[in-house]
Amino acid sequence: MKVNVTVMLKQGVLDPQGKAIARALHGLGFEGVEDVRAGKLIELDLAETNPDAARAAAEAMAQKLLANSVIESFRVELG
Amino acid sequence: MLRAGIVMFPGINRERDIAIALTRSFGQKPVMLWHKDPSIEGIDLVVVPGGFSFGDYLRCGAMAAQSPIMRAVAAHAARGGYVLGVCNGFQILTEAGLLPGALLRNAGLRFLSMDCQLKVARADTAFTSHYQQNEVFRAPLAHGDGNYTASPDVLDRLEGENLVAFRYEGENPNGSARAIAGIYSPNLRVMGLMPHPENLVDPLMGGTDGKALFDSLAAAST
Repeated sequence: MKVNVTVMLKQGVLDPQGKAIARALHGLGFEGVEDVRAGKLIELDLAETNPDAARAAAEAMAQKLLANSVIESFRVELG
Repeated sequence: MLRAGIVMFPGINRERDIAIALTRSFGQKPVMLWHKDPSIEGIDLVVVPGGFSFGDYLRCGAMAAQSPIMRAVAAHAARGGYVLGVCNGFQILTEAGLLPGALLRNAGLRFLSMDCQLKVARADTAFTSHYQQNEVFRAPLAHGDGNYTASPDVLDRLEGENLVAFRYEGENPNGSARAIAGIYSPNLRVMGLMPHPENLVDPLMGGTDGKALFDSLAAAST
């Protein structure tokens, strides 16, 4: 079963990469861009077929490794 | 004399610099340890050097923090053993939970390869006894992710308990919270910092500003 884990810097944590992307978009003429935040998408392919168990497993993985809770938050979605 | 060991991960590139600095000050060569070693028996001071362990995949230090030897290093730290993490080594220690906080991308987004000025926050630890308190010394920087961050509570605790090791003096090169360049564990036995004192330990390197850190460790007792 496919599970997607999205890892983003927490709100309030400076995201210089997002700021740089925003500046580049402005430079290309996309003037309506008010803010950009950049993160990671991690696609997991799990042997687990039970959706609840797959979600719980992905959350455990995110807490232990995929996200650093000091600076990042994560979201788990079943694919 | 402490028995020193240097942990090597794939992608680390400053292990020989650390070995030179330790050998200079200790008068004996450190033991080189491989990341798959499950034991670090007989080592009093573990140094986690700089570089790009495991290609900085996922986050700087995240992969190395899960390696077998880091469990042994955590046990060593829990027993009150000395641990020094430099640059990527500092990132690894935070990822392994041996020091609080995290290192974010430099605020200016650029990789910094330049010297900085460091101020010694306290000179009464095993790492800094050969410096003077508030002494300012030069140290090379070489990192893309050295922007130290932690929650305001953690920063207040670090300052309140006098656990800041070094601060950037003058310009804050990477945006670190409260200009923090290095921190201690509560027992002052684990220290991590972003700059590279090991790269200024000989006049041929352009200076000896960093030598006092290794001289301090050479004078420390278990």
